[in-house]
Amino acid sequence: MKDVNILVEHLTRVEGHGNIVLNAKDGKVEKVQWQVSEAPRFFESFARGRTHYEMAHVTCRICGICSIGHTEASLKATETAMGIELSEQTQTLRRMIKSAENLQSHVLHVGYLIAPDLFGVGSVFPLIGTHPQIVLKIVALHRLANEMSDLLAGRTIHPTNMVPGGFTSIPSEKQLKQLRQKLLDAVPVFNEVAEIVLANAHKLPKFTRETEFIALTSDKEYAIYDGVIGSTDGGTWPVDQYLKVTNEFVVPYSTAKFTKHNRESYMVGALARFNLNYDKLSPLAKQWAGKFGLSSVCHNPFMNSVAQLIECFNDVETTIAWIDQLLEKGLDAKNMCAKYDVKAGRGIAAVDVPRGILFHDYTYNDKGICTKANCIIPTNQNHNNINQDFKAFAPTIIDKPEKEIELLLEMLVRAYDPCISCSCHYLDVQWKR
Amino acid sequence: MKPRVAFFDFASCEGCQLSVANLEESLVDVLKLIDIVAFREVMKEHSDQYDIAIVEGSITRPMDEERLKKIRANANILIALGACAHLGGVQRMANQWTPEENKKEVYGIANPADIADSNRFFEKPRQKALDEVVKVDYTIPGCPINKEEFAKVLIALLTGRKPPIPDYPVCVECKKKENVCMFTIGKFCMGPLARAGCGAPCPTAGNECEACRGYVDHPHEKAQTDVLEKYGLTVDDIMRRKTMFTYRYVEKPKDGA
Repeated sequence: MKDVNILVEHLTRVEGHGNIVLNAKDGKVEKVQWQVSEAPRFFESFARGRTHYEMAHVTCRICGICSIGHTEASLKATETAMGIELSEQTQTLRRMIKSAENLQSHVLHVGYLIAPDLFGVGSVFPLIGTHPQIVLKIVALHRLANEMSDLLAGRTIHPTNMVPGGFTSIPSEKQLKQLRQKLLDAVPVFNEVAEIVLANAHKLPKFTRETEFIALTSDKEYAIYDGVIGSTDGGTWPVDQYLKVTNEFVVPYSTAKFTKHNRESYMVGALARFNLNYDKLSPLAKQWAGKFGLSSVCHNPFMNSVAQLIECFNDVETTIAWIDQLLEKGLDAKNMCAKYDVKAGRGIAAVDVPRGILFHDYTYNDKGICTKANCIIPTNQNHNNINQDFKAFAPTIIDKPEKEIELLLEMLVRAYDPCISCSCHYLDVQWKR
Repeated sequence: MKPRVAFFDFASCEGCQLSVANLEESLVDVLKLIDIVAFREVMKEHSDQYDIAIVEGSITRPMDEERLKKIRANANILIALGACAHLGGVQRMANQWTPEENKKEVYGIANPADIADSNRFFEKPRQKALDEVVKVDYTIPGCPINKEEFAKVLIALLTGRKPPIPDYPVCVECKKKENVCMFTIGKFCMGPLARAGCGAPCPTAGNECEACRGYVDHPHEKAQTDVLEKYGLTVDDIMRRKTMFTYRYVEKPKDGA
């Protein structure tokens, strides 16, 4: 029986993000830990003193990949606090923007960050040489998702036109029709990419550990923009009861706070949404779930990437339907933003961003200045579950060669698509002798 | 030999590196001109041998300063990428409070010993721009950066030219786009002070400029104050906006920092 001591550390080259520590003696795992050393930025502290119309512009800077999701959670929190009613048009456009972000993020993760593991290379760059056609297809899908958010949100990263009450600009009907056609044209390309992932899906480890999944859920739609908090262990909670679900705590080996609910830990993200909301998926998304053999409730965290791919089909199909709804009613550019009176109050809101359920909770004074803020981010909710997975997974792979343990531990963390300052997709495993 | 380029990040949202990835097909072309030897966001391989270091993020703790100094020592050219590297980012607003006050507000539920300065993860967190720690050769401003401007700067460096970062205000680009002035529709805009080069995306979308690219070299602050007064905006409004992306310009040293 061998001794294994692994230290996965970024210190020498890349700050923060994640560290993996594994110590095993006589083939028995004594310690396995996922650490987060990201530099703290203190958003909740400096949010104090900002006005209601600035809050979304400040808090979207939490994350470059899901800045749209933060913008929407922030606006919804402010709108709840001020009692602002949104038009149906605004809500539909917001849903489309949420889908655009989901698409962009999922294509990036599955296409650029997971695919290299499936093809046994270190990054997408060598694939440009060996598989140029497929890489260019993925790039084109990524560009389409970005064009979609540029059109609807003004800008993909840190949106420019989204304000409490609605928008400062909206697309034209002609632009929506063009987007509709591009999405239709993209369906065969998504199918091709999904076929390639399917052909390689057997390389994803078959590891399962029963856990709790938390996501937004709704009886009206596949919930990413709105809903109540749901758990695969049963039960739903209104969003304003989120503290009962998240139960944050601090550990000395992480600058990100951890969470727990019913069990030791819970998981959020695409797989959580899939597990809770499978019934509400669009037809093509369900068809692909069938091809991948993915059914609810799936407890293999590696399948999160597959759930992301399935969600891409859902995003495309639902967006086409939303465009049809908007075009049928006609766009109303005169009433793109609801007027409101500033008042004191507290607003709590959630959206389900690419990596999982996200909460923003603000308190405003009577001048509309934020006096207290709390943001609970999906990856923070996953850190604890990654740790619990490590404890279950490490003993099952401890007899493998070191390089293989290294890759499998990296792949497990990557499957969660963690977004520690924004994303932590590169892990450097160093063997500590 | 192609120039070797490395990307690094500190405290940030990584949106600027994502903007580079968002060059999409153009990035595939750029890759023909350079060798990327480190880019944590997308690649596993890593080398400490590089000519150009492109660094995103603000510098927070002693451990971050150490790492930045090593990067500086390895690189011939160091480029600050985006508002966090350039100015300290929106997170620099946290410098209005002491590190202990910030820790209490955010990690108040923790055991105090766990988040004390003796834990290097939590050691003396304070936001700085890169050039407050090391020499910076070029800056690509913005939150996020303008990806086309990034490509232009890179091409200028590869062809031995000075990178083209404008020194005139956002109003110039805004006027070119024939936008209605934000002030005339009752909004509060930093355009007259802010450095152009972004293409004025915020006013073009109907929203005010927040000066994420910092100020031009010689801003007419008095004129800006006159404009704000003309439109009935208060000193509080002005100061609040000046602490959003540009707190660096008004920050005063603070006890406990």
